[in-house]
Amino acid sequence: MFGYYFDLAQRSLRRNPVLTALMVLAIGLGIGASMTMLTVLHVMSGNPLPERSTQLFYPQLDPRGMDDYRVGEEPPTQMAWIDATNLLKARKGTHQAAMSGGQVTVRPAQGGNRAFYVDARFTTADFFAMFDVPFARGGGWSSSDDDKQARVIVVAKTLADKLYGGGQAVGKILRLGQNDFRIVGVIEPWSPVPHFYDLTSGGYQDGEQVFMPLSTALALHQGIGGSLECWGYMSFNNLDRKTAPCSWLQFWVQLDTPAQQRAYREFLVSYSQQQKMLGRFVRPPNTRLHDLMGWLDYNKVVPGSVQLQTLLALGFMLVCLVNTVALLLVKFLRRGGEMGVRRAMGASMRSIFAQLLAEATLVGLCGGVVGVLLALFGLWVVRQQPAQYAGLAHLDAPMLYATFVLALCTTVLAAMFPAWRACRLPPARALKIQ
Amino acid sequence: MARLPAATGARAEDPVRATIMHPILSALKHHKTTVVLVMLEIALTCAIVSNALFLIGDRLSDMQLTTGVANNELVWVNSDSLREDGNPASRMSLEQADLTALRDMRGVTGVVRVNSLPLLDAAMWRSGISVQPGLPKATFNNIAMYLGTPGIVGELGIKLDQGRDFLPQEYADYSPSANQAPPSAVIVTRALADRLWPSQSALGQPIFMGEKGKYVTRVVGVTRHLLNPTLSGRTNSEDNLLLPVRSIPGGMYVLRMEPAARDAVLRDIPAVLDRVDNDRIITGSNSYARTVSDYFHDDRALIWLLLVVIGCLLALTALGVVGLSSFWVQQRTHQIGIRRAVGATRNDILRYFQTENFLIVSGGIALGLLLAVALNLLLMKHYELPRLPLYYLPIAALVLWVLGQLAVLGPALRAAAVPPVVATRSV
Repeated sequence: MFGYYFDLAQRSLRRNPVLTALMVLAIGLGIGASMTMLTVLHVMSGNPLPERSTQLFYPQLDPRGMDDYRVGEEPPTQMAWIDATNLLKARKGTHQAAMSGGQVTVRPAQGGNRAFYVDARFTTADFFAMFDVPFARGGGWSSSDDDKQARVIVVAKTLADKLYGGGQAVGKILRLGQNDFRIVGVIEPWSPVPHFYDLTSGGYQDGEQVFMPLSTALALHQGIGGSLECWGYMSFNNLDRKTAPCSWLQFWVQLDTPAQQRAYREFLVSYSQQQKMLGRFVRPPNTRLHDLMGWLDYNKVVPGSVQLQTLLALGFMLVCLVNTVALLLVKFLRRGGEMGVRRAMGASMRSIFAQLLAEATLVGLCGGVVGVLLALFGLWVVRQQPAQYAGLAHLDAPMLYATFVLALCTTVLAAMFPAWRACRLPPARALKIQ
Repeated sequence: MARLPAATGARAEDPVRATIMHPILSALKHHKTTVVLVMLEIALTCAIVSNALFLIGDRLSDMQLTTGVANNELVWVNSDSLREDGNPASRMSLEQADLTALRDMRGVTGVVRVNSLPLLDAAMWRSGISVQPGLPKATFNNIAMYLGTPGIVGELGIKLDQGRDFLPQEYADYSPSANQAPPSAVIVTRALADRLWPSQSALGQPIFMGEKGKYVTRVVGVTRHLLNPTLSGRTNSEDNLLLPVRSIPGGMYVLRMEPAARDAVLRDIPAVLDRVDNDRIITGSNSYARTVSDYFHDDRALIWLLLVVIGCLLALTALGVVGLSSFWVQQRTHQIGIRRAVGATRNDILRYFQTENFLIVSGGIALGLLLAVALNLLLMKHYELPRLPLYYLPIAALVLWVLGQLAVLGPALRAAAVPPVVATRSV
């Protein structure tokens, strides 16, 4: 039966190829534009650590002075050295780590190789366990290395291969700036999207190449980057990051159970009160504890321009749909005569309806094919852009299926009303006009 | 044949002309659904197109901004020395050696060091200033600071509106990150001067900076234009001061030359700097014109995207109108024949379809204008866009009217070509 409907459908579609092509193109354009932008949005607002994200939290404290104090103000987005150290020592979570981004100068041992900068992450021992960072060789450092300011580093595989050409890197001594460091671990390529653990330099940068104990980096004056929010007056020359009234560290904590999470929220408040008693904090306790996805939302990590373009694409899609509904309506109503004949010969309203929907399904399928091709082209265009996220815009399998499903569903939905109108035409009248 | 008064402009031959609106409207009533759908499509198109046009205008106005420096005659290079002896004197001498070597390059007419350039989109130093002494807090915050070594105004091609360039003795040792006294002279932009001293000349006025405004510097000149290193939003894009300094740690070299020499200079810079001292990393270099064009890359991409969307939308709407009108013409062939047979001219038939189209499009536009304003309010709320100026609405309306008339022309001409004899045939 369906075979027969489809046969009829393709005959009728071939009867006026221009109108058919117009509908297919309209659906294809709408679907292509929407899917391009939705894919970009899907990639950019994805979950960077699906297995762990519900257990990772970002605590915030408010150590600022009473200048400019407003009730209900959000606390600083980063943490001062003293608070980060205190929270680390408290060990209230399964894992916790303080961290900051920066740059180190790599000086290859072989002469003739110019020195170059790489992005570095200065952090504490738990970083690797907390974020499930995959190691190719070796491992991270211990918290006693943090305390000792040990000169150890973990490097990314790309850097290890660049320096040692696939040879053994663990145990090698690497010169960074003016100091030598022992490589204790090599990690597999690891670059979460978005770059959730540090959003201070855009949410979509690549993963770092060198990881170093934070205490070591401070002692050796490595180039710490990122942003620095200070309160009060102070000189930035010879700034001592350990004592300055500035917040510049990201701090993450892993809390596995709801009970742990509740306890940690209470701990943050009691810690703030205790600091106020000591006279370090002056404001009433102002704490936050976002989970990973909440933290991304709070920071509006997806750029407004991408959301705007998605909105535009969806508006475009809506126009395409209205256009398709109008054209289908015209197309179906024009064939009143044919349907009158079929009704007169005993076809039920339902079979007429099914046959018209079969026609729409064919249009939808062709539209889907055009849409996928256009989306692939659209994403290729996006990838040519110099934006931080551009390289990530790829159509994965779920999005590909989604494109087809969307094309089919929208077309069939668009066809519902015209088909319903068309199959309700009284057959007698259609025959009489003939 | 009895003629009706000429004032009505109607001819008795064509019964439709006598009451032109009524038959069209009643015909439209027969196709209520289709007409509503087309109106809806036109309304949506109108809303999106007017907002898209506005966005394009908005971006273009940003891109028209004058940087205030000689865009096509500058090349910049950023180099970090790896010698970490931390001795200011040796750093100064290396800077001087670099400047001399760069100045000797073929085609280069001048070299200075700056901390940043307009639209460089790199880190910039902002601080708060006051125009009265001893205030506990600065009154004007987030003022960008440009620092430049001797020759900064001339070499970058900055034009002064008022006052003079810095004197050689005014270049001082100063770093904005240290809480220390600034150089004695400062040059501000016209835009900032108008904000700081709305009703008086800026020349000789004091500016207080540092903790509790304890340091003072005086304005010696006013630049016509000088953009900030990054633009945030649309206001205060020229809120900056220029201070004369001797050396800039972490700054960059800017070379001035004829546009033709830029590529060769850019190619040779690393070798020239390495000859001075090769224990360094060159972290970036580019011609300034390319830097400016890169700054607006996203804006250009958005403009292209919007143009494509507008084009597709208009094409789609036009094709929809063509499809629909053709269908109506086909459907009414018999009636058109009858009208022609009772005396309607080809022009009357043409006019009929054009009027019908005009009515439908007008209905769509009326709804579309409301939608356009609603969409703009939504965008204002979520994306910090300014309010849609009302003159964009008639532009969009006009575009759609013209588009509708052009789209209906083909089918209407086909309708006008229907011979009267059709009326005598049954379909």
